[in-house]
Amino acid sequence: MHPALLGLVTIIIGVSACIGYFYFSNLFLDKVLFPGKGPNAGRNINRANHVRPWLFLAPAIFALGLYLGYPVIETLRLSLTDRSQDGAFVGFANYQQMLAEPKFWEAMRNNLLWLIVVPAASTAFGLLAAQLTDRIAWGNLAKSLVFMPMAISFVGASVIFKLIYDTRPEDKAQIGLLNAIWVQFEGGAMSVLFLQVLPIVIIFLFAALVAYAGYIIFRPALSGGSGNLVLAARVASAALALYLIWLSLESILGIATAELPYGEPKAWLTVPFFNNFFLMVVLIWIQTGFAMVILSAALRGIPEETIEAAIIDGANPLQIFFRIKVPQIIPTITVVWTTITLVVLKVFDIVFAMTNGQWQTQVLANYMFDKLFRANDWGVGSASAIVIMILVSPILAWNVWNARKEMS
Amino acid sequence: MQSIAGSKSSLTWAVHISVVVMVVLWLIPTVGLFVSSFRTADQISTSGWWASLFPAEQNVVARAADPDENRVADGRMFIVSGNLFDGEDKTISVWGTSSRAIDIYVAGDTADLGDGETITVQANGDYEWRGNDEQIAGRGQRVFATVTAPPEFTLANYDKMLFDEVNVDGMAKAFFNTLTVTIPATIIPIVIAAFAAYALAWMDFPGRALLIACVVGLLVVPLQLALIPLLKLHLGIGIGKGYLGIWLAHTGFGLPLAIYLLRNYMVGLPRDIIENAKVDSATDFQIFVKIILPLSFPALASFAIFQFLWTWNDLLVAKVFLIDATGQTTVMTNQITDLLGTRGGNWEILATAAFISIAVPLAVFFAMQRYLVRGILAGSVK
Repeated sequence: MHPALLGLVTIIIGVSACIGYFYFSNLFLDKVLFPGKGPNAGRNINRANHVRPWLFLAPAIFALGLYLGYPVIETLRLSLTDRSQDGAFVGFANYQQMLAEPKFWEAMRNNLLWLIVVPAASTAFGLLAAQLTDRIAWGNLAKSLVFMPMAISFVGASVIFKLIYDTRPEDKAQIGLLNAIWVQFEGGAMSVLFLQVLPIVIIFLFAALVAYAGYIIFRPALSGGSGNLVLAARVASAALALYLIWLSLESILGIATAELPYGEPKAWLTVPFFNNFFLMVVLIWIQTGFAMVILSAALRGIPEETIEAAIIDGANPLQIFFRIKVPQIIPTITVVWTTITLVVLKVFDIVFAMTNGQWQTQVLANYMFDKLFRANDWGVGSASAIVIMILVSPILAWNVWNARKEMS
Repeated sequence: MQSIAGSKSSLTWAVHISVVVMVVLWLIPTVGLFVSSFRTADQISTSGWWASLFPAEQNVVARAADPDENRVADGRMFIVSGNLFDGEDKTISVWGTSSRAIDIYVAGDTADLGDGETITVQANGDYEWRGNDEQIAGRGQRVFATVTAPPEFTLANYDKMLFDEVNVDGMAKAFFNTLTVTIPATIIPIVIAAFAAYALAWMDFPGRALLIACVVGLLVVPLQLALIPLLKLHLGIGIGKGYLGIWLAHTGFGLPLAIYLLRNYMVGLPRDIIENAKVDSATDFQIFVKIILPLSFPALASFAIFQFLWTWNDLLVAKVFLIDATGQTTVMTNQITDLLGTRGGNWEILATAAFISIAVPLAVFFAMQRYLVRGILAGSVK
């Protein structure tokens, strides 16, 4: 049968089967099993109403259990077995094998980089876009244009950015935008200004921001009076902030002393370490619109009075933004951050389409795909899937905890 | 917020400029691909796409028409006249008649070719070549010209990628396959989730809170975990790799978000309506179909867009559950990644293929942005 016809038939059968199931099961419940007439009418209606929710829920519970619940258990089991030995139980051998592979550690390092850079950059750009477009007449148009990449597939976006990163030999015209700009720099004062001074200033500002945030978070710990858990979290964030500042200072030193090969076109995706950032740009480009939409709604939800009071007290726009608005939307920022973190943990298409993990750009999801379908090693593949699951689980727990709190 | 005293006008300008910069930065990548898909392979490889937006200067060699057929007598002299570019819209700045000196005349000049033979070339390419019987013979006079050509775009790439049946890289089949995957994979989860969401929102039963918590938890389970067990399952029960398998998989993976979105929306519907209907002895099934479903349209639309975009743009699930060794069931995203491997430098093919797959989601996005935004706001776990 032609696939389109098959699709149409499936839609009709699927949808009418669903509707039919719900209709007839309800009919059966009310008319045959527990008829709402006769001697036991009252008791039967009660009984029917006890059963009915499960009729409504049954297909969903079945599908969720089979397609999301069962795989978690099964993957855990598979990660402890070896396919080539007929699924014999091998304990943690798959994990040991995985931990011994440099490619796995490369994927872990890159995933950590992605986890720090992409949510931070997307949220920051999203917040900036939300704040800026809030005030102007054509803000909605600007928003929908920044939001547009959300509709573009990761694969499509990869093609788009591969064109930007394209490299031609030195004697030909550069058709990739990045190289076309790059070969304009000849090493004069402007080059130093744009490629060294400007990045240093930006990284320095980033480091200063991190230092300030770290100080704000850590300050209450000095005065004491909070629980051990909170204290530990504060110390941990301060340590992370110190680490980020250290990284920033290191890169400032690196940029200041670098000898840039001016004039030569570069194959950007093959430059180790930095190519990760070129891949991250794709996801940041996509996710900024998402962050902007949510944060923009949050900014509009801030009570006017708080801002008016700040204006009367003589606060300047920057103070209003950082000290009045941002603190009030911290919960929303956290939501955006964690949602993007989830996307990052599962990022596969971009790496697969652009580098396929070559030139030290491997990430966990692509590593797993490699193991599954190229190496045909289901044991290690499952083990790496479990690693992704472990990384996701804190967010899972946090979400469930929040949802329960909201409902009770 | 407009009332920040004093600094308003300069600040407003700064805001406008920053927003313009940001919008341009966010648009340029897509525009680059879009423009490239309308250029020929030759144009793409010789200049960047941004150059094609402006008139380009190029050196061309043209030849006057064949004198034996086209010359007309003018006294004892003969004249061949016509247009060097057959009427194409190009503008000559400088020209010459020898490859060693291509820029010695400006447009409108008359070149002396010796012994009374002359050629005059106008800026628009019109020429008049005159000389005696011997001179105006053989092959037409060559003209080397530096011309400014207007931007030139073509639909040939789309024609080739969509309608050329012998083109093995063509996207027509993949487009169709993607559509076949997407529509059932969008509709089926909506039906299942709507009933479940109604039960979770408006029916009272033990374990409801636990089920909701489960749904919230399953929202974030990475689908990477599901790949191997479900592929094994599908192969084991005989579904194998194919459309049925991917429809089921997308249904399963889409359900948590569907239930979550729809339940959150349905909970907010006014209680009075439902209780009144119950008093009028409507069954739950009737309430659901006649009252809840129509009222929940915005939430249904939000989820439909999400699921449509997600299934249309998906690569991983299709690679695992659909695409078999025959390659007959390839979807567009997979076709593009294949092309990236085999046609890495052929940007006219890649750009066109990518834009064919991007076009539909973009259209949906701009048409139904309102619902998408609403869905995003409702779907982010707070």
